[in-house]
Amino acid sequence: MRKTHKEPFIRISKRGEILPPWKAWGIRGIALVGSLVLCAIIIYSIVELNPLKVYGAMFNGAFGTNKRGWVTIRDTMMLLCIGIGLAPAFKMRFWNIGAEGQILMGGIASAACMVYLDSALPNLALLPLMFILSALAGGIWGFIPAWFKAKWNTNETLFTLMMNYIAIQVTSYFVALWENPPGSNSVGVINPQTKAGWFPEIFGEMYTLNVIIVLALAVAMFVYLNYSKQGYEIAVVGESENTARYAAMSVPKVIMRTMLVSGAVCGIAGFLAVSGASHTISISTAGGRGFTAIIVAWLAKFNPFVMILISALLVFLDRGAIEIASQYNLNDYVSSMLTGIILFFILGSEFFINYQVKFRSNKEVQA
Amino acid sequence: METQRAIRMVDITKTFGQVVANDRISLDIYPGEILSLLGENGSGKTTLMNMLSGIYLPDSGQIYVNGNKVNIRSPKDAYALGIGMIHQHFKLVDVLTAAENIVLGLNEHRLIDLHNVRQRVKEICDRYGFAVDPDKKVYDMSVSEKQTLEIVKVLYRGADILILDEPTAVLTPQETDKLFVVMRNMKADGKAIVIITHKLHEVMEISDRVAVLRRGKYIGDIATKDTNPQQLTDMMVGRAVSLNIDRPEPQNKQERLVVQGLTVLDAEGVKRLSNVSFTAYGGEILGIAGITGSGQRELLEAVAGLQAIQPGSSICLHTADGKETELVGKSPLEIYKLGVGLAFVPEDRFGMGLVGSMDLVDNVMLRSYKSGKSMFTDRKTPKALAQKIVDELDVVTPGLNIPIRRLSGGNVQKMLVGREIAGSPSLLMTAYAVRGLDINTSYTIYHLLNEQKAKGAAVIYVGEDLDVLLELCDRILVLCAGQVSGIVEGRKAKKEEVGLMMTHLGKEAQAYAQDA
Repeated sequence: MRKTHKEPFIRISKRGEILPPWKAWGIRGIALVGSLVLCAIIIYSIVELNPLKVYGAMFNGAFGTNKRGWVTIRDTMMLLCIGIGLAPAFKMRFWNIGAEGQILMGGIASAACMVYLDSALPNLALLPLMFILSALAGGIWGFIPAWFKAKWNTNETLFTLMMNYIAIQVTSYFVALWENPPGSNSVGVINPQTKAGWFPEIFGEMYTLNVIIVLALAVAMFVYLNYSKQGYEIAVVGESENTARYAAMSVPKVIMRTMLVSGAVCGIAGFLAVSGASHTISISTAGGRGFTAIIVAWLAKFNPFVMILISALLVFLDRGAIEIASQYNLNDYVSSMLTGIILFFILGSEFFINYQVKFRSNKEVQA
Repeated sequence: METQRAIRMVDITKTFGQVVANDRISLDIYPGEILSLLGENGSGKTTLMNMLSGIYLPDSGQIYVNGNKVNIRSPKDAYALGIGMIHQHFKLVDVLTAAENIVLGLNEHRLIDLHNVRQRVKEICDRYGFAVDPDKKVYDMSVSEKQTLEIVKVLYRGADILILDEPTAVLTPQETDKLFVVMRNMKADGKAIVIITHKLHEVMEISDRVAVLRRGKYIGDIATKDTNPQQLTDMMVGRAVSLNIDRPEPQNKQERLVVQGLTVLDAEGVKRLSNVSFTAYGGEILGIAGITGSGQRELLEAVAGLQAIQPGSSICLHTADGKETELVGKSPLEIYKLGVGLAFVPEDRFGMGLVGSMDLVDNVMLRSYKSGKSMFTDRKTPKALAQKIVDELDVVTPGLNIPIRRLSGGNVQKMLVGREIAGSPSLLMTAYAVRGLDINTSYTIYHLLNEQKAKGAAVIYVGEDLDVLLELCDRILVLCAGQVSGIVEGRKAKKEEVGLMMTHLGKEAQAYAQDA
């Protein structure tokens, strides 16, 4: 006798219709709550702390004081800026893993202006110059792999990744060149007295300019991707190169132009990191955010406004994790676990937005 | 007569989202019988069979194999029950040999003995009249050989119930005849065979019984000897449709496209087109017949500027205002800028003609987005055009702002053709414009092509169904292995003649053509 099977217990099928936004956000909300519940169970059972207190500490870490709040905002803007930079590349299905390098090159350009020009120019002229030069530096760094891809169809994932290592070496060189004080193996804070090339305080806050620049970029990128002819070309090339050729687009041109834009925005992120935050440069100026921002860009489906939410969440988790690690003397792994669980739930919720799960019905129809 | 049923399907329902693909369908399959499953595209034939082969699970209903109730949860379960399906798109690994493909995924818990496999393959081949070289790599195989391999693969796994999904779509008439011989041998051996098709003459020729589906519903079954094509058409479409395709006499014929000595190599340096010369006239439909992969795609893409062309080739476009333009060496962008009115409905709708994830407006915009000097796109004009296409061609869609991939195949093609003819082209090239479409939509497309012909456009129609080519086209160019084996008059040519020209290049075919 051939064996027969029971009907499977669960079935997964693609949703027939696109969910209305409120339902999709409902699912995401449930996922967030679910992740917090699971985190609470883990906190309670493993480290035997009151989960609510731990959450409170996380919030405190991110927003506890005015200064902490602004650091959270600053870091959010930085991550958002990189995400905005990556969006056009990934929308074109160009796997730009090289944001780290593009940030560093932008950062070097900014730092060079600060080191060599110092007070030769008024800040009002120096900052725009740094903006342009760092965008250019990042743009060139993004353009190089795009050029090779367009000419010889090289693999951009490996190429952009390699460019990161070159950028790190270039940064090391400049760190050695600008070492201050000698022997410290770091550049130290540049222009601490003149504050030339530092973002000015606006409305009494240090990071107001970061917010203005990045939000302006977010709006510009939204318009560029959705309403410009070039944005349309990016979308078509990303979907099918053959269709793009059919529609009389020059695919190599689109690839090179888009990576110039993508690298330039990442270069501007380097400008923000140097000029608007640390006022120094080191090989950890990008600090892995070039990779984290890939999650930001994809999760937001390349919508810069949704990216604001996602980068805020990621930075919040990060800042909160640091706080609970120090306050409760937990090691980093616990905070990493919590961050991981929350991200897992949020990423996983996208599955339930696109698919539905049905359970086996108990009634067996008699034949 | 009470024969033991091989398969009994009872009240099978399958829905995809809101679409009911199969609505309470009951179907019996008997051993030693060839059953035709007939229906228009989208009528649910393949969905129904996919539930037998373990690809899909029914939402409700029961399946009995040899009288036992079963749940088929995967293709593995299906094989264990002796059910094998030969899919429309072959599921073979190109770089492996025939024998390796056959044992692939068998999951036998011992070393694979390829010698033994060869022996068994040979037995199967001898038994049913196949020819398969077990050591030939799949990438060296013709379409027909691949299909044969798929069938052998299924038989090797011990299938008693074979399901063939539109097996003749990719075959020449001669290859089809060979396949039918094999199918009859399998039937004589007691296998149950289901052939999914929408070609009536094949139904009449090969099957013992016909089951008809329409829009996901079971219409009925009938012994083939008791029916005729007209009755089957009525069952399939629900009302009598005239099988005659309109073909007005060409008016005011003008030289439009003159191709001379066109040679195209592919990326590997293999000649895909060799010294092809022909002229297409405004006011006529020029059909292009040939086995799939004989150079049809390369020919159209060469004219559209999408293929690298060898030196010595010439493609000259004569526009209605008397200008002559050489197209060889021009990129699609340069051709676009000439404004010569070249429209192209490519074979691969989502891979070339459309962007599946974009909505209707953005897809209509694909050809015209460059217009205007602004750096921003104008979506008003394409929106109006999309609405016009939807209204005029009866495109069924919930709105203009849904991804075009969510439309059914026929509606997708209407949008594509509608966009291409919107610019009043001087030359309209279509590749397999009705592939996968139901009869009604196909006629809509034929009608649109005839309209363009009446307006004076030169229409090139690459097709696979010889009956349609012979009824629709004024002249038919037959390609064989990248060469022109002849151009025949659509009104006089015979099907056998064209079929022969598709396979035998040169004197033999010409001799046949002269005899006929």
